[in-house]
Amino acid sequence: MRQLFLAFFKIGATTFGGGYAMLPVIRQEVVSAKHWLSNEEFVDVLSMAQSAPGAVAVNTAVYIGYKMAGVPGAFAALSGTVLPSFLIILLIAGTFTQFAQWPQVSAAFAGIRPAVAALIAAAVVKLGKPALKDRRSVTLTVIFLMLAIYFEVHPSFIIILGALTGIVLFRKADKGENC
Amino acid sequence: MFIELYLAFCRIGLFSIGGGYVMLPLIQKEIIERHGWLTLTEFVDILAVAEMTPGPVAINAATFIGFRTGGILGAILATAGVVTPSVIFMLLAAAFLRRFYEHALVQAAFHGLRPAVIALIISAAVFVARTALTDPASVVIGCSVFLLLLLTRLHPVIVLLSAALAGLVLHYL
Repeated sequence: MRQLFLAFFKIGATTFGGGYAMLPVIRQEVVSAKHWLSNEEFVDVLSMAQSAPGAVAVNTAVYIGYKMAGVPGAFAALSGTVLPSFLIILLIAGTFTQFAQWPQVSAAFAGIRPAVAALIAAAVVKLGKPALKDRRSVTLTVIFLMLAIYFEVHPSFIIILGALTGIVLFRKADKGENC
Repeated sequence: MFIELYLAFCRIGLFSIGGGYVMLPLIQKEIIERHGWLTLTEFVDILAVAEMTPGPVAINAATFIGFRTGGILGAILATAGVVTPSVIFMLLAAAFLRRFYEHALVQAAFHGLRPAVIALIISAAVFVARTALTDPASVVIGCSVFLLLLLTRLHPVIVLLSAALAGLVLHYL
């Protein structure tokens, strides 16, 4: 239990750049160093964590914690992952409003804001390349984008709509492959 | 207000499938438009801090927004809210949903979810760009960062720090 907490605390405190940057570090710690999971098990956990709601790193931690030590293990791993973020952000958030007044800080943020937009746009390219291979997926993306931007449809409806159209459109194709 | 904050982040956690960026349009709708707890510029700044500090971006953003809206209790509730769906779902998955994922119907649903997720991330990029690209200098920074991220293997934190430096240099020129 304490080991679980400490392992995930270390991962949470030292990995920059969010969930997908954390996955190789989690693999290194959980598979290579501690031998808690085999490599195949880890790949299984990942595919589940990526398709479940919420942050990928949090999902992975909860699952591995549960496998190792039941529900208490899940909460130990979860608090290990979340706590470093939580404490660091509290520290920053507490002083941010003062710092934000400084001309240097506001100048730096004027440079960072367009970079954040570029970061998200680059994520689109990286995610879209492997996912949008067939014409129907591309058409669906365009339709969902129109709904989101021009009709201001709530994102949760777009997620639900995506799952439903997937079931209607792709069920036959997937069945055909299975036969 | 505190219950509202917890529930808003529960909804955000529940529907952000496929990585942290899907959260962004949800936060825009729930936190900025529906409750008016933040302005767009504040949100983009918080996002930048969340990217540059260790840990999952979703947790960093939730803690920061929760703190800005309701102090330490707000931070705790927002963070708890955003992980609640994860915990419930992953415990169920670990206990007995394994075979559910191999089901053809679920696979088909995921096939349709992918375009939805990508569309939502594009919409996030569009609304952040609207807030961030205000003058020619910011357009130049945005485009160069985009190219840097696609063409090199530079770590996002390094790229963000260089953009901060560019902002400072432009300010003092």
